[in-house]
Amino acid sequence: MIKSTIEKSRKIHPLKLKTKQTLVAYSFLTIPLLFFLCIRIFPTLYSFSMSFSPQYGVGFTVENYQKLFKDHFFWQAVWNTLKYVIITVPIQMALGLLLALAIKRIQHFRWFYRMIYFLPYITSIVAVSWVWRLMFDPNTGFLNAFFGILHIPPQNWLSDPKEALLCISTVMIWQSMGFSMLIFMAGLEGIPKHLYEAAQIDGAGKGKMFWKITLPLLNPTIVFLAVTGVIQALQTFTQIQNLTAGSGSNAGGPLHCTISIVVYMYQNAFQDFNMQYASAVAVVLFIFILLVTLLQLRVLNKNIEY
Amino acid sequence: MKKTCIKLLLVIMAFSLVALAGCSNSDNSSSSNGSKSKKQVTITYWQYTFPAKVSEIKNLIQKFEAENPNITVVAQDFPYDQYNQKVAAAMHAGKGPDILNLYYGWLPQYVKQNYLQPIPKDLLTTSEIESYFVPMIKASKINGKYYTLPIAVRSLALFYNKDMFKKAGLDPNSPPKTWNELIQDAKKMTKRDANGKLQQEGFAWDVNGQGYHAFEEVLLRQWGIEPFSKDGKKVQWNTSHGLNAFTYWINMEKKEKVGEPNFLTDYNTAFKAGKAGIIIDGSFDIAAIRDAAKFNWGVTTLPVREVGGLESNFGSYWTNGIAKGVTGEKLAASDKFIKFLISAETQKEWLKNVGEIPAAVSFANDKTISNDPIYGPFVQGLKNSHATFFVDEAKERDSMSSQIDKILLNNESIDKTFNSLIKEQQQIRDDYFQNN
Repeated sequence: MIKSTIEKSRKIHPLKLKTKQTLVAYSFLTIPLLFFLCIRIFPTLYSFSMSFSPQYGVGFTVENYQKLFKDHFFWQAVWNTLKYVIITVPIQMALGLLLALAIKRIQHFRWFYRMIYFLPYITSIVAVSWVWRLMFDPNTGFLNAFFGILHIPPQNWLSDPKEALLCISTVMIWQSMGFSMLIFMAGLEGIPKHLYEAAQIDGAGKGKMFWKITLPLLNPTIVFLAVTGVIQALQTFTQIQNLTAGSGSNAGGPLHCTISIVVYMYQNAFQDFNMQYASAVAVVLFIFILLVTLLQLRVLNKNIEY
Repeated sequence: MKKTCIKLLLVIMAFSLVALAGCSNSDNSSSSNGSKSKKQVTITYWQYTFPAKVSEIKNLIQKFEAENPNITVVAQDFPYDQYNQKVAAAMHAGKGPDILNLYYGWLPQYVKQNYLQPIPKDLLTTSEIESYFVPMIKASKINGKYYTLPIAVRSLALFYNKDMFKKAGLDPNSPPKTWNELIQDAKKMTKRDANGKLQQEGFAWDVNGQGYHAFEEVLLRQWGIEPFSKDGKKVQWNTSHGLNAFTYWINMEKKEKVGEPNFLTDYNTAFKAGKAGIIIDGSFDIAAIRDAAKFNWGVTTLPVREVGGLESNFGSYWTNGIAKGVTGEKLAASDKFIKFLISAETQKEWLKNVGEIPAAVSFANDKTISNDPIYGPFVQGLKNSHATFFVDEAKERDSMSSQIDKILLNNESIDKTFNSLIKEQQQIRDDYFQNN
């Protein structure tokens, strides 16, 4: 039936193949677009408007933002989140690059190493966090048992306010360095071999080749990893929730020393039922991510041509 | 061209209709149920996932539906950690249940958020409620109204591992009677390895579980302090006695080192694993401990300050309320279900299968319950039970546990932290009453 109607319409208004294809493409795009509007855009706008509403009653207010700027815990969450970014992003990229370079040199079982280091990234964050949580346990955990053999005094790990943030960062680094490694490996493949050959003929050493050829030509890869890594670190939630919450205590402990902006937002929305205040936190986080990303693109995105 | 455009539009509309139909699925199903037999009413009941309660509610619903063939009750349960979020999200979206089961300490927040409607007068009036239930439930009277009714109440007692008592050279049939005895016994059962790591704890000292209730309603009262003013507005521990009680409690962990709050994740896991000698816990854990414990254990009443001294206990309960916005037939059905839940018969069955003690005052002198070696201590504790009037249970607990972390993890002084703790607790109450 459809065929016949199409044929009829063709007789009346002959339609170019290209136009027809475009129309089909648009119709296919409409559905995801509708979905995107309902699931992403509308809630985002709704959250913006909610952040300017009072918790009880209706009307326009900037109360939520005023409270936010005076909120000691919010600033602690911001500071912690920055610490997560500063600690995890450079280290996971550096380790990823090291791994990529090491694997590039290996002749045999390259696939095996690639798989081993990439495995954490594709494992569920919740599962990974719980395994680490058990290893970090001060009394029954593997890490303290290992320290015992080496005669190092046991540590409190996640229950020590000075160590907890570093412990969580370690888990994050361990998990995402495999991803950096994979992207760096692809980046390394893209560097033309003849540059190295030419450098070798000119008598350049290994270190010089790395700093003058490899690193500059990896710039687009570095930009990509830095931007995605920073956004991911700014949005940290799952690891903190699973490593620190439970048995009656809230995520982000002990003493709020591991709380991140997203965890704080979540607690305001779903434990204190203050959706309006939580929306204000979300809006501030959105602005943070926007600014940081723009800044990174400006600073890191230099074109290097050889 | 025009026709193709129209066709495309039709396709899009058809798709969006399907999508919309998907969104409003739940409404459709209930209305189609209604058309089958005209008077059929479906109500939903939400509770958190506590296995014994979930299966008991299922049985009760079967019984209720047999008695009321025109009412269908759908019970849903969610993990404890997510329960409040689930309720918040559903209520804000207008997709909440008809009847909610909630911890009595959450009630002020639920009422403030407008999730609940007062118990209808034709179900039970305020004075009928007060004469039917034990006096403890007065803690859920808000602005002179009751919003929820419990099936059962709970009190605290000591669970102790008789095998561990024996191994440490203690008499397994004379558990500690005073707090000092508890500390002495616990010290004998605490074992650490050469590196100082805990291998077995004598007393599972904790804050987040039942520990802070034991402090507020047991220790403070035994040290001569009424923890909060009658109207719930004032924190009253700001005295030297309060500080003494607090110091005594903290020092069980800090000085006597009888246990650690996070040993084997939490106090009842440690006990079930046979690695904790004594814990403070509620009757609701009896079933779980009976299933898990592979050793001899017993229950006794909470310790006192000195022999013959004041006995005190913390009472608490989970309670059932009807959601705001439930009207007409659904409201009538919800009324009926709640009436069924609070009936004496249900309460008796609840004790047998869940382990919580009946909330109706008529059971207070039931000898078959109070003479039971396991339930007895809880029933005895119920006589001196106080249910704390929380304004924001989660916040109050969090404040308590963070302030104590300052002492235990950051080595801050007990007196200074005590003062900031009182200030914080008072602030939480001030904030609540200011907005109400």
